[in-house]
Amino acid sequence: MRICVGLSLLVALPAAAAPPPGASSCAGCHGGGGMPVLAGQPAEAIAGTMLAYKAGRGSPTVMDRIARGFTEEEIRAIAAWVSAPR
Amino acid sequence: MRRRALLGAALLAAPALAQAAPKVVVIGGGFGGATAARALHRLGVAVTLVERDATYLSCPFSNAVIAGLREMEAQRFGYDGLRREGIAVVLQAARTVEARQVVLADGATLPFDRLVMAPGIALRPDAIPGLDTEVMPHAWRAGPQTLLLRRQLEAMEDGGLVVLSAPANPYRCPPGPYERASLIAHHLKTRKPRSKLILLDAKDTFSKQKLFEEAWAALYPGLLEWVPLSSGGKVVEVDAAARVVRTEFGEHQAAVANIIPPQSAGRIAQAAGLTDRSGWCPVDPVSFESRQRAGVHLIGDAIIAGAMPKSAFAANAQARVCAEAVAALLRGEAPAPPKLINTCYSLVEPGYGISIAGVYQPANGLLADVPGAGGVSALGAPAATRAAEAGYAEDWFRTVTADAFG
Repeated sequence: MRICVGLSLLVALPAAAAPPPGASSCAGCHGGGGMPVLAGQPAEAIAGTMLAYKAGRGSPTVMDRIARGFTEEEIRAIAAWVSAPR
Repeated sequence: MRRRALLGAALLAAPALAQAAPKVVVIGGGFGGATAARALHRLGVAVTLVERDATYLSCPFSNAVIAGLREMEAQRFGYDGLRREGIAVVLQAARTVEARQVVLADGATLPFDRLVMAPGIALRPDAIPGLDTEVMPHAWRAGPQTLLLRRQLEAMEDGGLVVLSAPANPYRCPPGPYERASLIAHHLKTRKPRSKLILLDAKDTFSKQKLFEEAWAALYPGLLEWVPLSSGGKVVEVDAAARVVRTEFGEHQAAVANIIPPQSAGRIAQAAGLTDRSGWCPVDPVSFESRQRAGVHLIGDAIIAGAMPKSAFAANAQARVCAEAVAALLRGEAPAPPKLINTCYSLVEPGYGISIAGVYQPANGLLADVPGAGGVSALGAPAATRAAEAGYAEDWFRTVTADAFG
C-alpha cells in the first residue's frame, strides 16, 4: 500500500529545478515591490554585484551582510537561478 | 516522464491510486501559510489552505497603526489571489489533527499525504496575574487589539504615562516592542508632549539595542525610558481596573498600559501534540518536519528555529524551503540542506529605519547563524541611510504581501 502511494506521487510530481541553497529567500524582497527585480537580469551582473558586496565594495545597506553568508560558488548558483524568468 | 508514468500505472494494482495527486493541507493563512500554499501549488501539489478568518491582518506595520501613522485597512489581505490560482481555501478553524487528516471546526475532515502548519502564536495573558487584555491590550496580534490600543492613546490626556511591557525571549517579532515604543513616543512627542513612556522589559538586552538607544537619545530624551530586567523591568502583576503595573521593584500608575504577555505556539499546534515542554514546536531544520509527528511540517513563529527569529520575513523564507522539501519527500527524494535569509526593518520615527539581517543553515539540529554574515545597520549612519532603510521597509512589505497573498 505504501509503495503504491509512493509510486502514484512519483508520477504526479515531476521534479523541477530546485533552487540552490539561499535562492528562494531572495523573493521576500526582490519581487516587484520597489527593490530591484532579479528575474531577467544577467546572472553575471547579479553575481558580480553580490561578490563585490561580499568583498566590502559598494555601499549597500543590507546586502553586504547577506552576501557574506554565501561562498562564491553559492552566489553564482543563486544568481543563475534568480535571473531566470519565471 | 511518460515512461515513468507507464511504469507506475503498470505496477499499480488499484487504478484509482494511480490518478491520485498528492494532497497537502496547509493550516494557517498568515505570511508563512499563505506563502507555503502558493509555493506548493506552483510545484504541482494539490493544496487546501485552512484558515479561520476571511481576511488576514498583518502584524508588520501594525505599530504604525497604533501610533496613528497608518490605517488598519492597509494591513488587510484576503485569499482571492490564492483561489484564482486554483488553491482550495477553507474558511474554518482546524480543531485537531488526526492520523493523515485534519478535523475542522464543523467536524468535516480533510485527508492529507503531508500537512504544513503555520499556526502562529498563542498569547498567555494568564502568565501575568490580574491582566485583562480588554483593559490593558497586548495588540500583539493585529486586529481589534491594535485599534483598542490606538483609541486609548488617542483618548489619553496630555501628561499621561504610557507603560509598555516586553516579554522574555522567545516571542514573536524580537524588535517589535522597541519599534512600538519608538512610534508611540513619536505620537506623544508630536501630539501630547508632556506625556511619558516607560518600557518595562523582562530582559537586559534586546534586538538592535544600540541602534534603538542611539535613536531614542536623539529623538525622545526624557520622554522614553527603558527599564531592563536588572533595574526592575519584569512585570509581576497588574491591577487592570486601576491601571497599575507592578514590577519586582515597585509600581507604575499608567494612563495607558500595553502589556505584551509571554507566548507559545498557536493553539492547534498544542492540540496536535506538536509542542514540547517549552510550548514551541521542535522541527528538523532541513525539512521543517515535526520532531514529534511524522508527515507534519511546521513553519513560522510557532517553531524552535534556533538563531532564526520569529518574523514575517523568516516565515516567508521558511515556507518556500518547506514547500520544496515537501515536494521532494512526495517524490520519494531527500530534501537538500537549505540556507535561509532573514531581514527585518524597524521604524523609530517616520522616515527613520534600521535593520537586522541574518543568514542561517542547519547545524546541530537547529538553524544556526552562518558565521561572518548578518548583523545590524551601522551606528551613526547619516539621515539619508536611515531614510533609505525606512523606504526599503515599505518595499519589503509590498513585496512580501504580494508574494504571500497574490
